[in-house]
Amino acid sequence: MTPNMTNEEKYALLEDFINQQENKSTSLIAILHYAQELFDYLPNDVQTFVAQKIGIPTARVYGVVSFYSFFTTKPRGKYKINICLGTACFVKGSDKIYNEFKKQLSVEDGEVTQDGLFSIHPVRCIGACGLAPVVMINEDVHGMLNAKEVAPIIKSYRDKEGM
Amino acid sequence: MKIRSFDDLKQYKKSLYGNKKTAKYTVLVGMATCGVASGANTTMTAFEETVNELGLKNVTLKRTGCIGYCFLEPIAEVIDEQGNSTIYTKVDKAKVAEIVSSHLQNGKPLTEGVIKPDMQRINLAEVKPIQKRQLRVALRNCGVIDPESLDDYIKYDGYMALAKCLFELTPNGVIEIIKRSGLRGRGGGGFSTGLKWSFVAKENAPVKNIICNADEGDPGAFMDRSILEGDPNSILEAMAIAGYATGAAHGYIYIRAEYPMAVKRLKIAIAQATEMGLLGDNIMGTDFSFDIQIKLGAGAFVCGEETALIHSIEGKRGEPKMKPPYPAKRGLWGEPTCVNNVETYANICPIIIKGDQWFNSMGTTKSPGTKVFALAGKINNVGLVEVPMGITLREMIYDVGGGIVDGKAFKAIQTGGPSGGVIPYTMLDTPIEYDSLVAMGSMMGSGGMIVMDEDDCMVNIAKFYLEFSVEESCGRCTPCRIGNKRLFEILEKITNGNGTMDDIRKLKELGRVIKDTALCGLGQTSPNPVLSTLHFFEDEYIAHVVDRTCPAKTCSSLIRYFIMPDKCIGCTLCARVCPVSCIDGERKALHSIRQHECIKCGACMDACKSNAIVKR
Ligand SMILES: Cc1cc2nc3c(=O)[nH]c(=O)nc-3n(C[C@H](O)[C@H](O)[C@H](O)COP(=O)(O)O)c2cc1C
Ligand code: FES
Repeated sequence: MTPNMTNEEKYALLEDFINQQENKSTSLIAILHYAQELFDYLPNDVQTFVAQKIGIPTARVYGVVSFYSFFTTKPRGKYKINICLGTACFVKGSDKIYNEFKKQLSVEDGEVTQDGLFSIHPVRCIGACGLAPVVMINEDVHGMLNAKEVAPIIKSYRDKEGM
Repeated sequence: MKIRSFDDLKQYKKSLYGNKKTAKYTVLVGMATCGVASGANTTMTAFEETVNELGLKNVTLKRTGCIGYCFLEPIAEVIDEQGNSTIYTKVDKAKVAEIVSSHLQNGKPLTEGVIKPDMQRINLAEVKPIQKRQLRVALRNCGVIDPESLDDYIKYDGYMALAKCLFELTPNGVIEIIKRSGLRGRGGGGFSTGLKWSFVAKENAPVKNIICNADEGDPGAFMDRSILEGDPNSILEAMAIAGYATGAAHGYIYIRAEYPMAVKRLKIAIAQATEMGLLGDNIMGTDFSFDIQIKLGAGAFVCGEETALIHSIEGKRGEPKMKPPYPAKRGLWGEPTCVNNVETYANICPIIIKGDQWFNSMGTTKSPGTKVFALAGKINNVGLVEVPMGITLREMIYDVGGGIVDGKAFKAIQTGGPSGGVIPYTMLDTPIEYDSLVAMGSMMGSGGMIVMDEDDCMVNIAKFYLEFSVEESCGRCTPCRIGNKRLFEILEKITNGNGTMDDIRKLKELGRVIKDTALCGLGQTSPNPVLSTLHFFEDEYIAHVVDRTCPAKTCSSLIRYFIMPDKCIGCTLCARVCPVSCIDGERKALHSIRQHECIKCGACMDACKSNAIVKR
């Protein structure tokens, strides 16, 4: 995410990126990846903007956005807690970790905590199965977790924010 | 500099050995995703700082890929001048200090926390008899070379296979070697790679494409990530070989967005190889040109299926289409396209250099070579192993995998992910190869193996996979979109304790219908977890619907928690942790659970120090 930028600056960057693409329509997924990096999620306005700049119907953009689970149309927390519910993690009890996070933060899937810091997203395998159960918070991977470690982990991020 | 001929490459390789005196000790720190997640960055920094502080001149530090022992990360290997290796596990800051002072300064390797894997790596330049149980062909360079250094790859005979193809073999000659080697696709289906290449080569078209499928959607499998993070150049080289053999000039790597480190290393590798003239226009001075682009996936399992993957690269929804026509005839942008898996490519260079006979001397007649497996679940040695095909499941679990965690009873192993099935105890002596797994109602898949013990409920596992298939179904065809949903609902009913014998019959019937009628490989295989658990563990299903019990004590609707009067010491711990406050009891007196309020979360059982709480 790029918090220090105004929306105009973000749209300008996005437009530059779109103009760099040789074939705009086939680069749609790459463009959406970039847009999500800038805006952190893909609200309707951004989707319409992308559609207009590429010159395709917004419905096609929405069709792609809704197909791929990596793209999200809802805002997310500053820290995105991706909880792996893949097979290796599942048999090692990832559902307990998942419930503990929901309990500690009092949010459901995809919701953001009141302070805007955290949101919870169940994911399927991040490829660190050897460390199951695994949780990835933004870029940090936390492995071999048990439910007792959940509260201290949350606290460590709150501390970082001075909250 | 640019490489302009075979001699250039040989000269350059020689120069890499020539100009630097090898240090007395080389320290390799495993820095793939697993290592970094366990703190390998701290380990590396600690080594750098200590070595600098002490001014040690005889030590080279090197970042490398994964050696496969994920549960012991961070791992550091120290190699001395004679080539003796010591592999240290769980290397934290304190351990670094010990290793430096004892091993690097005083020549005394530590003996604690060291492993000696039963593993052998192939060397491209020489042939050695197989002596060890684990044999690394696809993973030969992972954990040895620095994945961000092209020079290091060239030192280990990198780009020699491509040079051999360009200067000594015809495209057809390359295809013949791959055909004769018997290499079968490692992405799941097991189709002959040589044959696929020959189909693409036969097509008369101005533009053809090579795709590397790095979508790795099967949860529990991570060999492709490991190869891309540990040895990215080997994939680029093999893709260029495929391009030369089939007459294609463009390559695409379709990789999951969940693998940022692999993406980064691939980008570095592509830039370095292009700079040296090993990719791009007129490779090594010949008239063969080949470029490679990276295309990011966006989190859809079905995009691992080749026609869906092609749609996704084209910027569309990743929906599969009917085959034929196969991609070899009409693929990306409607042009002939060769799609292979990462691990398939990782086998190409060794085959070109060491020959087809060498390759098919390993493994079994129908499935030659080795296969990488990701062992996960209730097994002691969680991680990646590469073994010759034909090894039995028993050897895999008890010798290579070190047995079941906490000495519990082995129940079943799941192979093939959401498309595969379970293999029970009774089949432990079956050799692992493509066809034997299919005969057992499972499949090789990408090589993920989830080991399950007595605590895992087979109905619940089937439900888990069905939930996956329901979520990942693209919705294009009715059997998959609606049929899987119905299967899932029936399984949910059974695990909730409301199932009937008729439900079991329906599961079988509906499962077969979906298999026969679904459009793509996802739907055609999604009932497998249900059908195979039903085949081997029907008694467990019957226990759920007739006796209303869950033999593995997993399904919460069918179990109850009790406090044993003779063991409870009245410490009140359970009452305090219970989230719904349904445990009564005074200090030092017997506690009891109000059953109708209990949500069966198991918190009390985890908390009890006197093992007084049981599940029934
Ligand atoms: C639902 C589904 C998912 C698949 N996922 C993958 C995958 O993640 N990686 C892969 O290499 N092949 C996957 N495949 C197989 C590909 O369609 C294709 O057969 C393979 O990439 C061919 O390469 P190979 O011949 O080298 O195995 C999948 C197939 C299906 C039906
Ligand atoms: S299953 Fe959780 S990281 Fe792979």
